[in-house]
Amino acid sequence: MTDQTEQHATSAAPAASSATQSSTKVLGLGPKDFKLMFLVVVLTMAAPFLLNPFPEGSAMAQFNAGYPDLMQRFVIFGIFAIGFNILFGLTGYLSFGHAAFLGVGSYAGIWMMKLLTMNVIPAIVVSVAVAGVFALIVGYISLRRSGIYFSILTLAFAQMSYSLAYSVLTPITGGETGLQPKVADPRILDGALEAGASPRANLFGLEMGAGFEWQVGNWLFTFNAGYYVAAVVMLVAFYLSIRIFRSPFGMMLRAVKSNQQRLSYTGLSPKPYTLAAFVISGMYAGLAGGLLVAMDTQVGAERMFWTASGEVVLMTILGGAGTLIGPVLGAGLIKYMENILSKINKDILHEWFFFLPDGFENLMVELVYPFIGKGWHLTLGIIFMLVVIFLPGGLVEGGQKIAGMFKRGKDADASKTTPAE
Amino acid sequence: MGILEVKGVNKRFGGLQALGDVNLSIADNVCHAIIGPNGAGKSTLLNCLVGKLIPDTGSVSFKGNSVLGRSPHEINQMGISRVFQTPEIFGDLSVLENMMIPCFAKRDGYFKLNAISDVMAQRDMVEKAEHMLEEMNMANKKDMMASSMSRGDKRRLEIGMCLAQEPSLLLLDEPTAGMARADTNNTIDLLKQIKDERDITIAIIEHDMHVVFSLADRITVLAQGTPLVEDTPENIKGHPKVREAYLGENSGH
Amino acid sequence: MEAIILQILNGLDKGSAYALIAMGLTLIFGTLGVVNFAHGALFMVGAFCAVTLSRILTLSHEVVDPTRTDFLGNPLKVDVPYAYDWFGQATGDAIIDWAVPLSILFAVPVMIIIGVVMERGLIKHFYKRPHADQILVTFGLAIVLQEVIKYFYGANPIPTPAPQAFASSMDMGAALGFEAGQIIYPIWRLVYFVFAAIVIGCVFAFLQFTTFGMVVRAGMADRETVGLLGINIDKRFTIMFGIAAAVAGLAGVMYTPITSPNYHMGMDFLVLSFVVVVVGGMGSLPGAVLAGFLLGVIEAFASLPQVLDVLPGLNQIIIFLVAIVILLTRPRGLMGRKGVMEE
Repeated sequence: MTDQTEQHATSAAPAASSATQSSTKVLGLGPKDFKLMFLVVVLTMAAPFLLNPFPEGSAMAQFNAGYPDLMQRFVIFGIFAIGFNILFGLTGYLSFGHAAFLGVGSYAGIWMMKLLTMNVIPAIVVSVAVAGVFALIVGYISLRRSGIYFSILTLAFAQMSYSLAYSVLTPITGGETGLQPKVADPRILDGALEAGASPRANLFGLEMGAGFEWQVGNWLFTFNAGYYVAAVVMLVAFYLSIRIFRSPFGMMLRAVKSNQQRLSYTGLSPKPYTLAAFVISGMYAGLAGGLLVAMDTQVGAERMFWTASGEVVLMTILGGAGTLIGPVLGAGLIKYMENILSKINKDILHEWFFFLPDGFENLMVELVYPFIGKGWHLTLGIIFMLVVIFLPGGLVEGGQKIAGMFKRGKDADASKTTPAE
Repeated sequence: MGILEVKGVNKRFGGLQALGDVNLSIADNVCHAIIGPNGAGKSTLLNCLVGKLIPDTGSVSFKGNSVLGRSPHEINQMGISRVFQTPEIFGDLSVLENMMIPCFAKRDGYFKLNAISDVMAQRDMVEKAEHMLEEMNMANKKDMMASSMSRGDKRRLEIGMCLAQEPSLLLLDEPTAGMARADTNNTIDLLKQIKDERDITIAIIEHDMHVVFSLADRITVLAQGTPLVEDTPENIKGHPKVREAYLGENSGH
Repeated sequence: MEAIILQILNGLDKGSAYALIAMGLTLIFGTLGVVNFAHGALFMVGAFCAVTLSRILTLSHEVVDPTRTDFLGNPLKVDVPYAYDWFGQATGDAIIDWAVPLSILFAVPVMIIIGVVMERGLIKHFYKRPHADQILVTFGLAIVLQEVIKYFYGANPIPTPAPQAFASSMDMGAALGFEAGQIIYPIWRLVYFVFAAIVIGCVFAFLQFTTFGMVVRAGMADRETVGLLGINIDKRFTIMFGIAAAVAGLAGVMYTPITSPNYHMGMDFLVLSFVVVVVGGMGSLPGAVLAGFLLGVIEAFASLPQVLDVLPGLNQIIIFLVAIVILLTRPRGLMGRKGVMEE
């Protein structure tokens, strides 16, 4: 099922386009894009069920990812990666400093919550705007160079932002301790808090932490307001990214990646296009930053460290750069590993391999242990290297290949029409 | 007064005088070939015309406006299109998309943030591109990835992309270099057709005398960075100076 | 004057590390055309070579000491390093004390092997792929190397002292004829600088005066032509990769007494070293070395209290600031060659 959709997502625009010409459109999307969009909507809305497939108390329950905190991360980092993909996937410019925009967005959001209101709308809007302006400045300077120089310039800007946030800008950023809304903050739009109440992020009164649990037999499903707010924002962001991919602007960005020389000899300077892509992708990062503080009202400078920038690169490549759904899958996979794989310890391993004879059990535990728990980064690094070496198109390409193998059995021509993007 | 006027252009690379006092006038609506042995400065001259290189001295004007100091995309917008020695196309895009880009460039100008509308929903642009592909005899290849085509087809596409911008001047840099004989002849036919059917000036730099004499109305012979003679093809063929410059080189005729 | 000299000296040790790593990066980039994000990890692996050797040297076994008793009156068991058994106590102590410098002998072969395996096994397949792919795969490799080291050595920094003889500080002021007590400088940092200078000198001499070096330099200038001459340039490039890895490793080995090695030290240095390479000019060895020392010294000056009073936090960002300014005014860096990585 999923393989099928990945294929729709990535089949190159021409293949999709000839189909769209003759058929009607829904929401401005061609049939294949609409199917993909529809599927993503269903998956995100049903996530609390889908991510909790194992009953409580069972040995597999630790693989359940259906708790609010993690689900929020899935969609928020999905947004971050979708935005990064608009820059890297379409134009080929590899930014190593995108976490700076996420961080700036978070700081802007928290200040709105301190000064204006705990309603998340102003916080998110201002996050996007501030990150956009910051991206405009950084992009304007960095895009005067390309290739590795561009990567290093963005890295330099991000590290500078991180260092400044950590030291000099402490009055604005809270330095090492970071920022969070305090009871004493002005919040000019909100009424006074009740005595003893702490400020909580809300959407016109609906608290982000609010939700209810639903027990079905041994299964426990959690529905969280914050997750659904973030998920709706992610769906909008995803929809916009599809539109950008299919637009003349997106085509120009792919042209930038393909051949800048021809583009400028066609009377178009690549610069405004790359700058626009950079700003848009910075705004996506700012949106993710704003949502992060809306869900968990605190921010620290480490959010801007270059490893955070590296993480979004990993997500996008792992899922499939230049594909629509890839970055979301990559973000999901990495966040899942970070939160689930990292919690498995030796005791749990011993439980798993309990059925083996003692010697084998210990051997298996010793063999597997380095790759899980605190060693999950090792697994990530290895998977990432394998993907870069063998599957430059990421998981999506892998999915396509598998789908191709099944299809070939059915009809021989099918694979011809699915060029990798 | 020609459409393109080159006056007193000099260009040095370190100790090498690549162009020495080049004067050249290309008249409107002709096919003007620039020929010369290897190292004569043909490519340097071309690069000076399109803004890739800036001459040390001299002036280059197109329709009375100076092109010096302008970037390639600005010069292109003035109405000069260029075909490269190795075809420069958007290899990762489909043939149709390749053709649509100059159509959009023509319509939208320098930059337009057209980020929400669907490319394929812009019927007029699609039709224009498809029409252009038909003219290039490539309509059946429109969904192919451009990089997967033969060199001859890539060249055809590149020329088509240039024409889609409706330029006044088309510059061709050795358009048949490295091509098989059949592809070369196809390209010659295509260029002849363009010359006859369109209101366009063509400047062609070429090595292959067969191509030059099939197309050119006027020929300038460049040697060691300086124009040697300029004349009609008939006169050039028997010119002693030209034979001298090409001594040892088989002209093919 | 004293303050200025002190800052220059302070900048030299970091500058030496930058210069060594940047030189290795440039060797790899210049010869193989590969942007190696795993180079910082090689620096870190080098540092852990020193940790490993000092652990091997202090491997000990329990021996009952008949002359002493513990508080219960039983004979005391003491740990005796094997080094004592083999070399006697005095020599054994000296060997353990000199573990870090001795690690050079251990690290060079280890690093060369790692470098060659890396090049043959992985990097080789990426020559024809885009630079972005090279960055990504070496970035992945860096993560893997880090995590392997973390698995075996843990996440905490491991103090690895310099030999006793170099552990103290010396009064450079007095030595240079200034007032005593003004310029106090740890001896090991001076050793590090001298060591770096020697390594850099050796690499330059090697490239300048040997036939091998000549071919490699020719290959850096024009790889295809050298290949056409029938010279097996690939094999030489593999060896260059090994040498670059060894240089990074040596930089790491000798740096351990200055900063206790931890698994992510390489990445911290790598980010800065890339900035150094870019400032020096991609592909230019003298540029890399010059920029390394220059940025090290500039960073030291930016850390002066007088400077920080006026511009707080400047020491944190100065290197990036310099890099941005240089990249925008001199696109090819200080000594970059034309046409390298411009598209």
